[in-house]
Amino acid sequence: MGKIKGAVEVNTNRCKGCRLCVIACPSKVLAMSKQVNAKGYNYAYMENPDACIGCASCAIVCPDGCISVYKVKIEE
Amino acid sequence: MSEEVRLMKGNEALAEAAIRCGCDGYFGYPITPQSEVMETLMKLKPWETTGMVVLQAESEVASINMVYAGAGCGKRVMTSTSSPGFSLMQEGVSYIAGADLPALVVNVMRGGPGLGTIQPSQADYFQTVKGGGHGDYKQITLAPKSVQEMADFVGLGFDLAFKYNILTVILADGLIGQMMEKVVLPPYQKRRTEEQIRKECPWASLGRTPDREPNVITSLELEPEPMERRNIALQAKYAEIEKNEVRFEEIMTSDAEYLLVAFGSAARICQKAVEVARAKGMKVGLLRPITLFPFPYGKIKELGNQVKGILSVEYNAGQMVEDIRLAIEGKVPVEHFGRTGGIVPTPGEVLDALKDKIIK
Amino acid sequence: MTTNDIMKPENLVYKKPKLLNDKTMHYCPGCSHGVVHKLIAEVIEELGLEDKAIGISPVGCAVFAYKYIDIDWQEAAHGRAPAMATAIKRLLPDRLVFTYQGDGDLAAIGTAETIHACNRGENIAVIFINNAIYGMTGGQMAPTTLEGMKTSTCPYGRDVTLNGYHLPISNLIAQLEGTRYVTRQSVHTAAAVRKAKAAIKKAFMNCMEPEKKGASFVEIVSTCNSGWKMSPADANVWMTENMFKAYPIGDLKNS
Repeated sequence: MGKIKGAVEVNTNRCKGCRLCVIACPSKVLAMSKQVNAKGYNYAYMENPDACIGCASCAIVCPDGCISVYKVKIEE
Repeated sequence: MSEEVRLMKGNEALAEAAIRCGCDGYFGYPITPQSEVMETLMKLKPWETTGMVVLQAESEVASINMVYAGAGCGKRVMTSTSSPGFSLMQEGVSYIAGADLPALVVNVMRGGPGLGTIQPSQADYFQTVKGGGHGDYKQITLAPKSVQEMADFVGLGFDLAFKYNILTVILADGLIGQMMEKVVLPPYQKRRTEEQIRKECPWASLGRTPDREPNVITSLELEPEPMERRNIALQAKYAEIEKNEVRFEEIMTSDAEYLLVAFGSAARICQKAVEVARAKGMKVGLLRPITLFPFPYGKIKELGNQVKGILSVEYNAGQMVEDIRLAIEGKVPVEHFGRTGGIVPTPGEVLDALKDKIIK
Repeated sequence: MTTNDIMKPENLVYKKPKLLNDKTMHYCPGCSHGVVHKLIAEVIEELGLEDKAIGISPVGCAVFAYKYIDIDWQEAAHGRAPAMATAIKRLLPDRLVFTYQGDGDLAAIGTAETIHACNRGENIAVIFINNAIYGMTGGQMAPTTLEGMKTSTCPYGRDVTLNGYHLPISNLIAQLEGTRYVTRQSVHTAAAVRKAKAAIKKAFMNCMEPEKKGASFVEIVSTCNSGWKMSPADANVWMTENMFKAYPIGDLKNS
């Protein structure tokens, strides 16, 4: 059985910290950083990257198009 | 081809001319006394011949915004209306000015204010020449005096509109719209191809080709400095038009001691008054502004050095007279004679007014 | 396998569409407008209509839609977008002509233009963002504001004796012979976004059919978390609990 592994890349400069991606993630991968970007927003980041399945739910609901999603199938 | 001479109403001639001068679209709403424009177009079905679009809109508000959009595509588009409808259009008129778009609007004036009357009037002079909508803007204003000019000014109006990217208004009155006269219709001119439009109007929103940035038709600018720059550019354009496009007709002015100034059908009445006066040995002349914006201030100022007094004859309570006074700067008496409510004065009344108010 | 190993171009499965440019959108954090803009850009790209699309932006928060999606646009006077779309589509029948309007623009000041363009059966698409409030002017009552809902011009809640009822305009639009597709969608979950995208795609494809078969109308029930004075997450919850009762999600007409 192959295993799916994903990763997301957040454009932290573009992120407005709305948190909708955090809520949309079914695997609880994302969280809001304590750091702020140049506009003063706390941005999303992968707090738990190992859990990411690359489903893109976070990116799909993101109102600002900040998230790129990567996915690989790992053969065991 | 020999000239096509027809007997027709001003409104009908205007519609025929629109098809012939390569108009791409007409968007209108019925209102007396200009409804024959759309009726004629619908009867002629130009979409089957030249491909011109004709559409009856749900209101003048919609029709002027259809014109705004069509102009934004670089198309030769127009509408026609009468005074209350022109009031409704002022929103779109201001947007067209703000977005630097070329278009043609015809106002066949009727008496106001309010619902007023369906009879002829010239009471929308201020609204048209001074700007009836919001913001600092002007529009080229052509005042036809005959059915022939109703036909001729369509092509001229479009040419001027596209020369300066500005709205041209044909400011006619109910008399010109409704009366029948002999008219020579302009020859057929092909509608421009899309390729031509893309070349002549590189700003047009026709769909973005890969070789250019998106074209956006807008009058919006939130930052004050660029908004002021837009306004300065508009004013420069208006100044250029004032320099280049003043049009007027002079009748027996060279030796005139008294001057009548009138536009549109009122100038026809004044022309007769001049003939009657001359027959009685009175040296009366007539100046007819053809463009109301740009207004012939210079010519009037020049004539002010020659005549003893000026009478402005208008179908209103005194509007153009203010511009004549601006030109004359108090050098000679300038008075107004007008009838309102849809009443058209006779040449005799004009001469009586000249005697009462000027010659004394 | 590390995250860096996964983040390689060949593994990319989702990113912002190119047509949605890199300018930061002026919308508030969590605003539905951003999602719908992204969907429009994705659909135009997928249909390959970049050179055919002409959008009409409204007056309201989305007035600057033209800054973010790199196609040709015209910016309408308040409420007049459907009249403008009518003219453009008639003058250029092979273009994709769509309006993007909010509820104040479409269902208050532009009701006449909306109804008549739809009733004439114009081959246009109308994207209608319904967040039950005026966003740009600072949260005033809209025709779509729910009974009892508080806004800055009904601070004690919308009172039907004073202001009448919320206006479900898509239901009216669906009654018109001139419309072929009327649907109500939302963009609050990934599944909802996928459906909304399918709806926009269908609407845009309808517009490109050469025969004039009627207008396509896509309402997106949306949040205005700033106007509603909630967090984006709470606004989504409030929307599902309150807005969806007044504006049920689904197709109203699909012919």
